[in-house]
Amino acid sequence: MEFALKFLPLAILIIPLVSFLIIIFFGKRLPRQGDWLGTGFLFLNLFLSLYVFIAFMSLGNYSITYDWFSLGANETKFTVGFVVDQLSAVMLIVVNLISALVHLFSVKYMEGDSKYSKYFAYLGLFTFSMLGIVITNNLLLMYVFWELVGLSSYLLIGFWYEKKPPQEAAKKAFIVNRIGDFGFLIGIMIVFYFIGNFAFSEIFSGISSGKIPSGWLTAAGILLFCGAIGKSAQFPLHTWLPDAMEGPTPVSALIHAATMVAAGVYLTARIFIMLSADALTFVAFIGAITAFIAATIALTQNDIKKILAYSTVSQLGYMIMAIGVGAYSYGVFHLVTHAFFKACMFLGAGSVIYGMHHIQNISEMGGLRKKMPITFVTFLISTLAISGIPFTSGFLSKDSILASTMAFGSINGGITIIIPIIAFLVAGMTAFYMFRLVIKTFLGEPRNKEKYDHCHESPLQMTLPLMILSGLSIFFFYSFNPFGAEGGWFINVLKSPESLLVGTKGAIYHIVSREEFHEALHHAHYPAMILSLVLAGLGILISFVFYFWNKVDTEKLKKALNPLYKFSLNKWYFDELYHYTAVSFVMGLSALASLFDKYVIDGIVNGAAYLTVKLSDFGGLFDKYVVDGLVNFTGGTVWVFGMILRKFQTGRVQTYIGFLVFSIVLLYFIFRWI
Amino acid sequence: MINSILSTLIFLPVILSLPVLFFRKENYKIIKFYSLTISLLVFAFAIFLFTKFQPESGEYQFVERVLWIKSTNTFFYLGVDGFSMLLVLLTALIIPVCILASWNSIKIKIKEYFFLMLLLEGALFGVFLSLDTILFYVFWEFILIPMYFMIGIWGSENRIYATLKFFLYTMFGSVLLLIGIIWVGFLASPIPGLFTSDLIEISRISSTLPLDKQVYLIIIFTLGFLIKVPLFPFHTWLPDAHVQAPTAGSVILAALLLKMGTYGLIRFSMGMFPIGFIELTPYIAVLAVIGIVYGALLSIVQTDMKKLVAYSSVSHMGFIVLGTFALTVEAMQGAIIQMINHGLSTGSLFLIVGMLYERRHTKEIVQYGGIKKVMPVFSAIFLIVSLSSIGLPGLNGFIGEFLILIGSFNSQNLGSHWYTIISTTAVILSAVYLLWLFQRVMLGPVEKEENKSLKDISKIELASILPLLLFIVWIGVQPNTFLKVSENSVKKVLTNFENAKKSYEQKQIERDQLKELEKNQQSTQPIQE
Repeated sequence: MEFALKFLPLAILIIPLVSFLIIIFFGKRLPRQGDWLGTGFLFLNLFLSLYVFIAFMSLGNYSITYDWFSLGANETKFTVGFVVDQLSAVMLIVVNLISALVHLFSVKYMEGDSKYSKYFAYLGLFTFSMLGIVITNNLLLMYVFWELVGLSSYLLIGFWYEKKPPQEAAKKAFIVNRIGDFGFLIGIMIVFYFIGNFAFSEIFSGISSGKIPSGWLTAAGILLFCGAIGKSAQFPLHTWLPDAMEGPTPVSALIHAATMVAAGVYLTARIFIMLSADALTFVAFIGAITAFIAATIALTQNDIKKILAYSTVSQLGYMIMAIGVGAYSYGVFHLVTHAFFKACMFLGAGSVIYGMHHIQNISEMGGLRKKMPITFVTFLISTLAISGIPFTSGFLSKDSILASTMAFGSINGGITIIIPIIAFLVAGMTAFYMFRLVIKTFLGEPRNKEKYDHCHESPLQMTLPLMILSGLSIFFFYSFNPFGAEGGWFINVLKSPESLLVGTKGAIYHIVSREEFHEALHHAHYPAMILSLVLAGLGILISFVFYFWNKVDTEKLKKALNPLYKFSLNKWYFDELYHYTAVSFVMGLSALASLFDKYVIDGIVNGAAYLTVKLSDFGGLFDKYVVDGLVNFTGGTVWVFGMILRKFQTGRVQTYIGFLVFSIVLLYFIFRWI
Repeated sequence: MINSILSTLIFLPVILSLPVLFFRKENYKIIKFYSLTISLLVFAFAIFLFTKFQPESGEYQFVERVLWIKSTNTFFYLGVDGFSMLLVLLTALIIPVCILASWNSIKIKIKEYFFLMLLLEGALFGVFLSLDTILFYVFWEFILIPMYFMIGIWGSENRIYATLKFFLYTMFGSVLLLIGIIWVGFLASPIPGLFTSDLIEISRISSTLPLDKQVYLIIIFTLGFLIKVPLFPFHTWLPDAHVQAPTAGSVILAALLLKMGTYGLIRFSMGMFPIGFIELTPYIAVLAVIGIVYGALLSIVQTDMKKLVAYSSVSHMGFIVLGTFALTVEAMQGAIIQMINHGLSTGSLFLIVGMLYERRHTKEIVQYGGIKKVMPVFSAIFLIVSLSSIGLPGLNGFIGEFLILIGSFNSQNLGSHWYTIISTTAVILSAVYLLWLFQRVMLGPVEKEENKSLKDISKIELASILPLLLFIVWIGVQPNTFLKVSENSVKKVLTNFENAKKSYEQKQIERDQLKELEKNQQSTQPIQE
């Protein structure tokens, strides 16, 4: 068992890297271009990580550290290391499971693509980097893998680089993420400045012994969280994720729904115990705002992947919000449940797109339940889960988050009341837009008869992952009580750690202790459940009224609410806003700098050269008519320059060397004299 | 040989370059193979030197000291420490790479070209190994000559303007350097009135000079180095020189010549005038930070690939200067490793641009697009090199950048976190200009007819860039191999700096006492009368 914790995490990390290296270099020469290799390795990885989990359950936390490089000075060591704890043990399974299923799904989905082997190589690279984020025990290595997932995301979004939108989306994703990383990096610097180490354990023990002053601690927390804002597509950096849907759909499922975008949530959970009350409040508000904005946008979109993308952004906001309000366990719990049902939905969307021959607009679909029964049923289960209907995993995690926001609001009062209000509104909206998607896609009559007739259910390689993932959206995998996660094994494993800062003063709101929070949570549980059920039911009902029974003319409604409709359809005009502010600013500044460089700085240089030439002309005249031989003593620097310049126009270097010797001698005497 | 190993290293390429002149002009194949062999031999010799080198010691090693010019008390004085060791290795690596890069692209005066290349290599070693100021200056100046011809003869259309600008601009800095060397040679001589050019002797005494003298001297010295670096606002010669230079010229310029500036900054400015160095810090740090952002911004709007890379150099070199002035071990180690990194990454970027230029004879970005489709292997290399320059972890650029950032954030000498915070924006901007470049050149459909039949990277081209890629990954994954080499030298430089500061303070107290005494004498004299 000990062995499992000592070596297996490293093996789990390395295996996908090996898969990447083999396929990228030899993929074309392997039979079937190496897809079996990548897929097989990932299933192996899945079993290994299950074993690690079991070992963890019986042995507890395990951490191992190696030296990477050192700088000696005050024995600053840069270490690399891995930790198996509640968080990483669970995430190892989630990442490997979804990655393995996506590999399997892709075998059929990507069949016949000209870069088939490269695709599997990139998936390996991604899995490697993502697993790195999961098991690292230090901030520096976290940043390293953080950037590497950014790279693999870049490569996979821009996979079909011949077309314009994917390349643009890939670049946007990388750059927007870098904006978040800018904050992340400064956060790391602050931590290093005070602690002198990157290992989480050192950082946390340093903080609890008060090494970071409280103002700096809040700043560090918020700056580190900036990394999460970028990677988890939180407001205001959320705009890259919907564009990232230009990548292949299984990639969207793996990277842009289930795992990579959840890395931000994971990071926030890792640093949860060092976040000050102010930082946590900031986190909660960012999450809530994101959840709300994304949900309102999802209401009106028509591209099946775009709806799912905004839904992802919104749900990520939920998780972030949960951690912000102090519900660490539920945030991570929602991360896990969401990973499964959202991956299922994306793969389901992939199956639909595959069946419909690359139609993505839901207004052209309809009635697909008959043609694609498996896809329909699995999609429906996931939709029920995301809407928070009882007996699903989503109900358990979402309900707990809603109750937590209520508890948070009741403890803190004041403006924080907005957070539970938003949380419940979003719950209603989510149910509405998800059922809108299901109804328009699978129910009713086909709207595009021709495509519908050619449509077919996807092969087993694609439907099997769907079935597994939707199966995992059932409650009993997480808790035997379908109406509460509390007391279930999952929440027991993922116990919320006590913040390092409980009771510390100096922040606006001081952090409440775990017990106090649970007390408030207990009171909020039933009201929250009832309210969330009512709102979800209402959302579903309205959705059916609008789109299934067609009792309301949606076209008329659109006209009546035109400004609001346009606002939502155009995604709150965020892209336009950024284009006309940040992008224009940088481009304008660059253009201005370019002019400055050309006319001012270089102008001065050329002007000086011109002046020197004129001076040397004058010196030449002087030389010729006035003093002749004496000139050699009078020139000074300017004169030397003029001579060199003139001589060099004739291209003779010998003269230059002559001058060199001459000036050495001259200066020698001058300084002796001084 | 172990006693004269350093002079052997310097003169090996110089002496062995002479036979090139006696080959028949038409036998250009022999000339090329001969030069390549020599450069590889020198590389092997540098590796041999490295194996003998002891990184545990921060002292100068393999020291040679022979009287050279009696009247100026100048010695042929060489020595190597961990810092110069790395630069020597970089030089020995880059020259064969450049010879390979020139294999097919140099078509006229082949004999002279390869002769100059080897000559240059010897002089570069000389710069990094000299421990005598006059000797250093001779090598420093000598480098201008082959470089001048390299741009002037084998450059593109506008080469005369560029080469003249390059020459005069850097010459201006050199003249200042010479003035500084002579002045300090008198001021900091152990025997008053006797000129000395022994760097170590000078450093010992010059660090205790009064503040005003130190400030004058450091400005004179540093200006020369900053022009070479080049730091904003002395950078405008660089884009012109790069655009006009042949590929190998650009590589040498970026990878090696610019390093002379940062090398001088550490060895001379910092080593000789610690108090002046501290006085100068805020001004230079501001310029470095401006340069970092300014260079990155200018890179974004360039339409010429070479100019883009040249401006990115301005940005990257700003990081090195910032790291130097931070005066912490992290930042200093970062600055040194970043010198190597910049040589590798920017050198590779120029090779990449050169390969495209070979095929299409244009450096305009708009002339390309969709090249990935026709040149897949080349494309992968281009991406790796770009990512290295962007500072992606796992590749070399990250190590240097990160060390400089955390080191300068902690720096007492800089005194403010803002320098670092503003510099960190380059993390975003470098991604903007390089990924955008990559997108415009490599991605999308192939629109231009001429681009449809481009050949993928050739074996010789691959041979020229693969060594650089190897080190790009090596430093990224296992930086310790290289950090360890310079570690003790850096520590030594920093302790020397601290000691020098202390002895300056001691001296200052003595000087004050002396002044006080004089004053007292003056004030007591009238009473006696």
